[in-house]
Amino acid sequence: MTIPLAGVATSNAALRNLLHGLPGVDRVGADQRAAMLGTRSIKTTAKAEGIDLAIRMVDLTTLEGADTPGKVRAMCAKAARPDPGDPSVPKVAAVCVYPDLVARAVSALGGSGVKVASVATAFPSGRSSPEVKVAETAFAVAAGADEIDMVIDRGAFLTGDYLKVFEEIAAVKEACARPGDGRDAHLKVILETGELATYDNVRRASWLAMLAGGDFVKTSTGKVQPAATLPVTLIMLEAVRDFLAATGRKVGVKPAGGIRTTKDALKMLVLVNETVGDGWLDPGWFRLGASSLLNDLLMQRQKLATGRYAGPDYFTLD
Amino acid sequence: MFEYAPAPESRDVVDIKPSYRLFIGGEWVDSRGEERHKTVNPATEEALAEIAWATEEDVDRAVGAARQAFGAWSRTPGSERAKYLFRIARIIQERSRELAVLESLDNGKPIRESRDVDLPLVAAHFFYHAGWADKLGYAGYGPDPRPLGVAGQVIPWNFPLLMLAWKIAPALACGNTVVLKPAETTPLTALLFAEICRQADLPPGVVNIVTGAGETGAALVGHPGVDKVAFTGSTEVGRLIARSVAGSGKKVTLELGGKAANIVFDDAALDQAVEGVVNGIFFNQGHVCCAGSRLLVQESIADDLLDALKRRLATLRLGDPLDKNTDIGAINSAAQLARIRRLSDLGEAEGAERWSPVCPLPERGFWFPPTIFTGVAQSHRIAREEVFGPVLSVLTFRTPAEAVEKANNTPFGLSAGVWTEKGSRILWMADRLRAGVVWANTFNRFDPASPFGGYKESGYGREGGRHGLEAYLDV
Repeated sequence: MTIPLAGVATSNAALRNLLHGLPGVDRVGADQRAAMLGTRSIKTTAKAEGIDLAIRMVDLTTLEGADTPGKVRAMCAKAARPDPGDPSVPKVAAVCVYPDLVARAVSALGGSGVKVASVATAFPSGRSSPEVKVAETAFAVAAGADEIDMVIDRGAFLTGDYLKVFEEIAAVKEACARPGDGRDAHLKVILETGELATYDNVRRASWLAMLAGGDFVKTSTGKVQPAATLPVTLIMLEAVRDFLAATGRKVGVKPAGGIRTTKDALKMLVLVNETVGDGWLDPGWFRLGASSLLNDLLMQRQKLATGRYAGPDYFTLD
Repeated sequence: MFEYAPAPESRDVVDIKPSYRLFIGGEWVDSRGEERHKTVNPATEEALAEIAWATEEDVDRAVGAARQAFGAWSRTPGSERAKYLFRIARIIQERSRELAVLESLDNGKPIRESRDVDLPLVAAHFFYHAGWADKLGYAGYGPDPRPLGVAGQVIPWNFPLLMLAWKIAPALACGNTVVLKPAETTPLTALLFAEICRQADLPPGVVNIVTGAGETGAALVGHPGVDKVAFTGSTEVGRLIARSVAGSGKKVTLELGGKAANIVFDDAALDQAVEGVVNGIFFNQGHVCCAGSRLLVQESIADDLLDALKRRLATLRLGDPLDKNTDIGAINSAAQLARIRRLSDLGEAEGAERWSPVCPLPERGFWFPPTIFTGVAQSHRIAREEVFGPVLSVLTFRTPAEAVEKANNTPFGLSAGVWTEKGSRILWMADRLRAGVVWANTFNRFDPASPFGGYKESGYGREGGRHGLEAYLDV
């Protein structure tokens, strides 16, 4: 696909031309394809491999008003060592918390290699001023966040003010920089697909986020239903695949919200495998945002190894 | 790459007998002839069972049984006939896994398709026609339309059980009795269906199943006691049948070959169009009469579409039909494989460029990799003749008018596909395409409520829907 990218970010009209010039998405066809991939049967060795890969891709998340430093500390311990009785279980990719708890998470995780992600930009609604959003991002970055999960201004997007969305993402991206040490925070852009109404909009919002500098596109906040559905994830995978072909820049994908079971997670991996392939089957390029998924993965992992299910009390609740 | 471990569906659910007799008058009877042949699993060349090849005398017995059953069956109130059909439909649902596995074993199609496409449609066809049985007076063929009598039905090997459903469900709903001949390479699900008829307590003789090859079929359609002939299969055989029944007064429906154009415009939803093209020609190994075997793509997006198509083909999984993750199964027979090879070699010889993804084929069995021909011209034989295999010919066009012209420029006219996000163009195209079915932004979608049939050499008459009832009523 040849897409002219020079000067697109100068006006709403230019952005509109580009985004509305992308091939459309036929809802029936996209749903059908996702449903078909959902029938793949992942068993035995493939299941074992998939479960470990899925664990390594988890962004273990707690995003509640009632979150406390103690809760975050407990979650970080689980992230670094998901199953205290089995050291062969890999650690998760990251924990995801609110900005004020980033410092706690960073100190709790120490040198474990688990990244700390923070939501920012008036999560989950995104309804605040651009200055506040940038300041919040800078605060989380200063506290040591490795990754920032921002939300886009869905209101602006739906009214066609693409330039506003673009500029906000670009400004937040700038706030992710750590000049000097080169460890810029990675920016995940949450599209909140449950509010975007059409699959066409999902594709356009993905492109807008990528054009503005997002390192990842992420489906949802987890606060809106539907969240990370298979068709929406499929469309975002197609978007990153096409964006790489058009620009040479690779962007990651993170479905988040509603992924609760091992089966859900394996379906996501199948989607990645058969849409974009190998290149994205890595925690660096694909993440699963979830809170309750991890225990199901652990349970299925143990079942696969021992042939028996252990009771829920054999998995820690954190 | 995330390698999927083998996930085979268990074949323990089916109980294949070493040999089968004929199903006549509600009983299993021996053929009067000596000839018996093996039906093989095309994925392994393993012999599954031995079947009798019914002789002229056997066919005569079957037609006689059907004739004898016709009187009572045709006088059975529609609401009572409906009960039998509903019962059959429910038994099919209950035994669907068994039927799906047997279909995949005998035909070579992937279990994903027999499980998710064939069997649900088979049940749906019986449910749908069960609903018609007591409402025929409202179908638009007069207040009390009468059945025709005995229907002689000959079906192909590509959708063995589904084609049986297309034939038997409307015939029975309308009050006819039937003698059905399944294809010689795929008789097993029809024979299991005979068991289901017994399980449903269907009166003896209402459904008779005679196995055999072309001669059995010829005896059936030529039998003077047959009032209605229904055939699905090749145009070549359809011609023979039309000739043999001409002047006999038998009512005939023929559903024959196709060379459908799948037309992709530059404003199409590209990813879904690619899926539609793949589904159009690689569904059921391309053994589909309405397969989208000609891709007509607008020149301005031809390169993009082809790149995307090739990328997608590389992910198709060819292999064991019983593996739940298989996308492409086995070619149904050695004869069909030879035909596909011959036409594909011809395509290359005529100057078209052949492409297949890297695709290791199993050593035993009949296999052909998904194949694309580019640089195809209208005059190439691969663009004109029905390959009936996983072989796609790609042609380009510049304007909608040229697309219509090329799509219609074929002796066939069974189906067509149009891919565009522009609704008005879909309607404009559908008005002009001479094809029995025009799919818009989808392909190979079937529904018992929707009539199916062809123009020109694709046959005549319609199956399914209100229109399909006409073929089994004296109107």
